[in-house]
Amino acid sequence: MLGSVDSIETFGLVDGPGIRTVIFLNGCALRCKYCHNPEMWKLGKMNMSVEEVVAKIKRNRPYFRESGGGVTFSGGEPLMQVDFVIEVSKILKEEGIHVALDTAGVGIGRYEEVLKYIDLVILDIKHLTEDGYQDLVGHDMNEYKKFLEICQKLKKPLWIRQVVVPGVHDNKEYMEMLVDYLKKIQYVERIEFLPYHKLGSEKYERLGIFNPYKDKEPMDEKKCDKLYKKYIAKNFTNKS
Amino acid sequence: MKEWRNFTEGTWTEEINVSDFIQKNYKEYSGDESFLKGVTPRTKKVWSHCEKLLNEELKKHVLDIDTLHMSGINAYEAGYIDQENEVIVGLQTDQPLKRIVNPYGGIRMVYQELGAYGYQLDPTVDRYFNEFRKTHNQGVFDAYNDEIRKARHVGLLTGLPDAYGRGRIIGDYRRVALYGIDFLIEKKKEDLQELVGPMSNDLIQLREDVSMQCVALEEMKQMALKYGYDISKPASNAKEAIQWTYFAYLAAVKENNGAAMSLGRVDAFFDIYIERDFEEGTLTEEEAQELIDQFVIKLRLVRHLRTPDYDELFSGDPTWVTCSIGGVGVDTRPMVTKTSYRIVHTLTNLDPSPEPNMTILWSLDLPEKFKHYCSKMSIQTDAIQYENDDIMRPIFGDDYAIACCVSAMRVGKDMQFFGARCNLAKALLYSINGGVDEITKDKVLEIVEPMQDEILDYDKVKKAYYEVLEEIARIYSDAMNIIHYMHDKYAYEKGQMALHDTKVRRLMAYGVAGLSVVADSLSAIRYAKVKPIRDEDGITVDFEIEGDFPKYGNDDDRVDDIAKEVLEKFYQELCKHTPYRKAEVTLSVLTITSNVVYGSKTGATPDGRKKGVAFAPGANPMHGRDMSGAIASLNSVAKLKYSECCRDGISNTFSIIPSALGENKEEQIDNLVNVLDGYFAQGAHHLNVNVLDRSLLEDAMEHPDKYPLLTIRVSGYAVRFNRLTRKQQEEVIARTFHSKM
Repeated sequence: MLGSVDSIETFGLVDGPGIRTVIFLNGCALRCKYCHNPEMWKLGKMNMSVEEVVAKIKRNRPYFRESGGGVTFSGGEPLMQVDFVIEVSKILKEEGIHVALDTAGVGIGRYEEVLKYIDLVILDIKHLTEDGYQDLVGHDMNEYKKFLEICQKLKKPLWIRQVVVPGVHDNKEYMEMLVDYLKKIQYVERIEFLPYHKLGSEKYERLGIFNPYKDKEPMDEKKCDKLYKKYIAKNFTNKS
Repeated sequence: MKEWRNFTEGTWTEEINVSDFIQKNYKEYSGDESFLKGVTPRTKKVWSHCEKLLNEELKKHVLDIDTLHMSGINAYEAGYIDQENEVIVGLQTDQPLKRIVNPYGGIRMVYQELGAYGYQLDPTVDRYFNEFRKTHNQGVFDAYNDEIRKARHVGLLTGLPDAYGRGRIIGDYRRVALYGIDFLIEKKKEDLQELVGPMSNDLIQLREDVSMQCVALEEMKQMALKYGYDISKPASNAKEAIQWTYFAYLAAVKENNGAAMSLGRVDAFFDIYIERDFEEGTLTEEEAQELIDQFVIKLRLVRHLRTPDYDELFSGDPTWVTCSIGGVGVDTRPMVTKTSYRIVHTLTNLDPSPEPNMTILWSLDLPEKFKHYCSKMSIQTDAIQYENDDIMRPIFGDDYAIACCVSAMRVGKDMQFFGARCNLAKALLYSINGGVDEITKDKVLEIVEPMQDEILDYDKVKKAYYEVLEEIARIYSDAMNIIHYMHDKYAYEKGQMALHDTKVRRLMAYGVAGLSVVADSLSAIRYAKVKPIRDEDGITVDFEIEGDFPKYGNDDDRVDDIAKEVLEKFYQELCKHTPYRKAEVTLSVLTITSNVVYGSKTGATPDGRKKGVAFAPGANPMHGRDMSGAIASLNSVAKLKYSECCRDGISNTFSIIPSALGENKEEQIDNLVNVLDGYFAQGAHHLNVNVLDRSLLEDAMEHPDKYPLLTIRVSGYAVRFNRLTRKQQEEVIARTFHSKM
């Protein structure tokens, strides 16, 4: 089977525990206004086989072993190529390699099956209200909710990620809503805030895609840290 | 003997065997750094004097030169920084940072050096070296033939030590502390008695060497006496052990101006004395740290007089006082002691500094807490390099040390004939241009025909390239034999060699530059279409490349295998020639900062690199071509074979931005440990680690005054960023900084 792979980063240190090989898979149904990888929206050429990807991953095992690392599927939205993820993950599981899925939970189904091979779900929380979500990502919340439900049912460990966009998330109302929401989710191991940055904006220009956040200011990192301390570190002591 | 009280005896008490002494007596330490103490008021005073002088030196480039005396172990009066506060004493000349004139390597070099800073040689000395005394450089040029001169002139062979000291020799300076000079002289005299038989060239030479070594030992004794110390007997406590060892090292840097004048491996050795003093209640932790801090201050003040040309090649006044730390014993006990920590701790107590060149002998079996500490200090200071003890120990045992950047040698048992390096990328262009230099248009090699093809053919180019390498290996070997014959004859390092076994193993250390350029070029010829562009003389001066090709640094065997094969081929060819003094052939992949100059002297290459563009340093992939992340880049370099063909070292420099290394300090530290473990677990040899942002360097380039202490690792050594040339700074900034959005 072939997959559409944008690139492979062999030194991923922030997408799951330890040193990770991150497989960036093309294709995404969402159009997040702050997306910094718009080049991966479309499902491009099917350019790599399951075997090729597995062979590349296996080269990095010495690093996984020492660091407790492994593989992270990211993108784009890896669930858009769920069949490919399942095939690769099956082999990785047999090899005893830790597998993480970096996702917004919006794919094309087979969630229960793919999660059998996933050790950790890194779940991107976009927005918590139906309207806010729709406005930010151009999609409804149903698929995301369905995916999270299955994660909860299968007791999958979760790392929650919230991109913090100025004017959207950096206010008291949203933060309080987020705290309440997160308190209801089980199996959360870690909660992270990612301040919105402008590093992807040059890609929009290169690709000739309209950038809705062209004039948006980046999130002030210090303010983001403050919000994190005030709302997350305080309320979720062992998850920050 | 009272100096050896409470030491466990062994064969070391009968024969010179520092390694046995260490193994029988050292106390390993597996705890953390919490025991370390800060700087003492005395050290603070001494160091602040030095800081002032160092600032002044930075402005003037050279603080002062002694033009009255010539280099020699006992040629200078005693000198001090701040006598009442110095606990370890001894300077190269009578003033700190005052440089020595060493004409034995070559008198013409001395004129250039002095001329550059407006000094003049004392007329008597001048006359002496012109009328009565021949130098190494004159000897070499008497014997060089035309083909060597040509290869040197066009920059095919560069950096050869034919006009300055070869360096890279590490005396076993600890011997002076453990045994005292008198015992060492006695042993050398016994050796001399045993050198009998038909008087062959070899035997005559060795007998002369040993006699000169005895003279050197006597001179060391006299030199130390000027400072009020009698080193004829062994050291009796930690302070003396460090002082005696330092005197022995000092003798080396008074006598020689070798490119790299490395210290060796002293951590476990010093620690034994410190621990004994602790038990006897005569030393506190503060005092132990003070001894180490002040010893390190002395090492930081070592200077040699260089020409501006030399500075362009190796910037920042490097002396490569390489200090090897840690490692594991052959009996599997880690050799990390509290003094391993104390030495690294000088980076905190004084400030981050390139010298001494701190080299951690990394093993998977090092204590976790020590790994953690080193990683933390790397992230804080960028002043540490790492070399794989697990692959060197099986070859060199557990009492080897690193000379210069990556050259391992058994301390006191091995010496090396340093041979700088051959420009492999230029060699590749010779195979396309029929042995004609692409820049000077000189016909350098006679053997190959120029390629006439419209599109380069891989098999043809490879065949011609291998013929070129065979020819270069022959010329290179001839040059090395001449250089080291003459060096032994006119600039013999009698002091350093006195601190070696008489029957020393010699290593003929060849080197290469431009490996990644060659690998990518051959890959381009093989996997893409490469069209040579010829000038009016028919010389290929540029290339058009159509299509993509695998690039070294992405863990892609198609190209990584080419790099491996080229190295193996060149090593095999070098081995076919007979080295001077029955030396063993070794090879290194190392450039230090000279990759910039090599690049500037090399035309456009088939990988798309333009004329004059810097090579990647050492064994690094070319800048920006390692696109699959740091691990893939490390994996490519790890494929080069250390023990099979590159026993003189494979240098790799790794730069990463802090945020890509982890979200917080603790994670960054752990992740760096894991990178080192993962890299070295694959049998890789060396890693320089820089954790910094490119923007910081850009700012430092524009505002050097804001970053006086900014230290970074370049290939094989560390350097203050503001002491690099502009071109070198630009090259460092152009390197791949591993990051991820």
